[in-house]
Amino acid sequence: MKEFSVLIGGKAGDGIKQAGIMAAKIFGELGYRVFLYDDYPSLIRGGHNFCIIRAKKEQVLSHNNQVDVILALNRETIERHQHRLKKGGEIIYSSRIEGVSRGVGIGFEEIVKELGGIPIMKNSAAIGALSALLGIERQVLDGVFEKNINKQLDLNKEIAGRAYAEIKEVLFKVERLDSEPLPLFTGNEAIALGAVNAGLDLYIAYPMTPATSILHFLAEQQDRLGVVTVHPENEISVATMALGAAYAGARTMVGTSGGGFALMTETVSFAGQAEIPILFVECQRAGPGTGVPTYTMQADLLFVLNSGHGDFPRLVVAPGDAEEAFYLSGLALDAAWHFQIPAFLLSDKHLSESIFSFTYPEGEREKPPMVAWKGGEGQYKRYAFTESGISPLAFPGQKGCIVKATSYEHDEYGITTEEPEKIMKMQDKRLKKKEGLVHFLEKTEQVKVYGDRDSKTCLVCWGSTKGACVEAALELGLKVVQPLVVEPFPERQFRQALGSSNRLIGVEVNATGQLSRLLSSYGIHMDSTILRYDSLPFTPDDLKGRLKEATS
Amino acid sequence: MKSIKELGTYAENTWCPGCGNFGILTAVKKALVEAFEGGMKAEDVVMVSGIGCHAKIVDYVNVNSFYSLHGRVLPPATGISLSNPELTVICHAGDGDAYGEGIAHLIFTAKRNVDITLIVHDNRVYGLTTGQFTPTSPEGFKGRSTPKGSPERPINPLELVLSAGATFVARGYSGKIGHLKNLILEGVSHRGFSFIEVLQPCYTFFNTYSFYNERVYELEEGEGGTSDRNLAVSLARKWSYDSVDASIPIGIFYKEQRPTFQERILGDRPLLKRKGQDVFGFIKEAV
Repeated sequence: MKEFSVLIGGKAGDGIKQAGIMAAKIFGELGYRVFLYDDYPSLIRGGHNFCIIRAKKEQVLSHNNQVDVILALNRETIERHQHRLKKGGEIIYSSRIEGVSRGVGIGFEEIVKELGGIPIMKNSAAIGALSALLGIERQVLDGVFEKNINKQLDLNKEIAGRAYAEIKEVLFKVERLDSEPLPLFTGNEAIALGAVNAGLDLYIAYPMTPATSILHFLAEQQDRLGVVTVHPENEISVATMALGAAYAGARTMVGTSGGGFALMTETVSFAGQAEIPILFVECQRAGPGTGVPTYTMQADLLFVLNSGHGDFPRLVVAPGDAEEAFYLSGLALDAAWHFQIPAFLLSDKHLSESIFSFTYPEGEREKPPMVAWKGGEGQYKRYAFTESGISPLAFPGQKGCIVKATSYEHDEYGITTEEPEKIMKMQDKRLKKKEGLVHFLEKTEQVKVYGDRDSKTCLVCWGSTKGACVEAALELGLKVVQPLVVEPFPERQFRQALGSSNRLIGVEVNATGQLSRLLSSYGIHMDSTILRYDSLPFTPDDLKGRLKEATS
Repeated sequence: MKSIKELGTYAENTWCPGCGNFGILTAVKKALVEAFEGGMKAEDVVMVSGIGCHAKIVDYVNVNSFYSLHGRVLPPATGISLSNPELTVICHAGDGDAYGEGIAHLIFTAKRNVDITLIVHDNRVYGLTTGQFTPTSPEGFKGRSTPKGSPERPINPLELVLSAGATFVARGYSGKIGHLKNLILEGVSHRGFSFIEVLQPCYTFFNTYSFYNERVYELEEGEGGTSDRNLAVSLARKWSYDSVDASIPIGIFYKEQRPTFQERILGDRPLLKRKGQDVFGFIKEAV
């Protein structure tokens, strides 16, 4: 099998995602690269949850609509998804579901009951049956269970084994590949790990889907990773607490979604004025307002770019997969500290909560160091004028200096000023840092190009849309250009990436083509746009259909 | 070590003549000098302020400072103190900061028992925005946004923070500088969240000097300042911030020891001294 996909569905509370992760780990163990799409409504019990696990020999960054196997823990899964089943595909279902016209019914619940398990363990039975259907050896299944299950391991193995034995016919055999297994991470975990890799000390957040799992992950791993997490009363507290911590020397990141970020915007502006480094992670979801909390959208680009009153330099990055998320969160944290600016990482539900096979990036990335105050003659000036606009940083508690940070316009020492000349000079000092930032970013890869570089037709996308876009373009012989940095906008690299392409198609998951609108402000105009805004991500198969329409 | 004079800055003082903030500034400086004499290091002090007349205090004192946004005094102070628990963090907030824009932060900082000190400059009027009613203005207060009189009853901040879980609750008066200086020293040395409400006349928009001078009295030794919450609440209720026919106690109302937020979040591993962020190893193990 070159590639295959499995859909697992049930109701909320059935542990569908956990089952999906187990399946992904089994495929990963056999050397496959996997992508897991997690689809769940905003509720705790009931409702319909499903995930699609796609496994491939090569890197895979998206799911497709069509699947080879459906693993149904309830009737709704069959009703909603049987149209996805490929010819020759198979359905495994709980034999409690009556009147199913095709597929293999297994008594998941009965097995669990007979062996004395608790209801959620029917997942283990389902994974056992799936493994048998795909010709996966028992020892592989057991090995993955042993690595990943702490509670009642033997019972879970026994339950899985019983269901395994009930499958009599193998649909197709998933062969072991000769690639090494890779770790699996969600986009959010990659964001968190990238930041820790850049020395993150403190992560502060108020729960909000789809950013919450950063908080969960770092809180759970805080001792292992040497970070501290705090969950304060609201996003205003989150952001200002982070700023205070950074003022006193802690590398700090905050995370939220659009609505929570709206509350943080006063701090964005404050950070700009006070020149305090901070990294904001904004995991977009479908808006406006409360919107569709657990589904995806890329409609906060212009909001983040323009958040915070006043003029000040900022860095905005937009990763499209887990590896880019890891790379860019570290880069953004380092850059925030070097340039003493607010930095932003834009993610979205589809990147944040999907699971990717992850490869640790090769080579060293650019690491701009913090510009530290080295003591010396005279009084320390927190906002000292320098050629680069970057004033050496010192922290309270440091001997021989007084550190005055402020949200008011100020003089070099940090005392409030209302003198026009000083105001302008300090404004120029802050803006000067943008030149250095642009210069620094020039040394990094800010724009990516995929597919046929000579193609006259070029798709322009950003963030998680990259996954579906690149795959569709490769099949159709098109080119894709994806900016990793959106502010300061890498105009030179972007134009170079477009090259001789003369038919530009903007592909975005929002209703108004926000990146296209941004690009037109740089004189780069899309010939057309393909937009999706039903709160679902593009998949390569449906994007191919729309591209064929658009290019015919 | 700094003297009162060395604690000043070159910033021009722009408080109105007669402003209650002068009394608070003097009490703070005196308290700091005494603390320095007792061994506290000047570089370990951070003053945090909100926005309003009170907040200018950070421009006037030559120590580390964080001049925050309106209402956002306590969260950054918490962040500073989490970052480096060895710092002595003294917060200044106006009544608009503490009880209006930032009231959620006040309740939660008390609930968490963050080891910082908050001095509320409560003049019961918005000064810098030229005279509107605040959360502690008396009902019927005629300000520029309420020409027919404030339609709201004032909140009693002492009752509020007592129920939120503050472990040190005191009230001072800007007209009694020596008394206030002692409260600040007590608050700073208390391990936990120290709340000091300071009654402060606004000479321009709400001149309460004679009102307070006639009613304020100092609590006697043993009259409060213990972990008897009922006693503290009954002392707090002696004056509702609305009544005119009451006497107004100042002093320490309540004091108890409870583990601090810093202790509970950080344990014995200060944030800036953590080592061994082995991400590569973590990722390898995750296979």
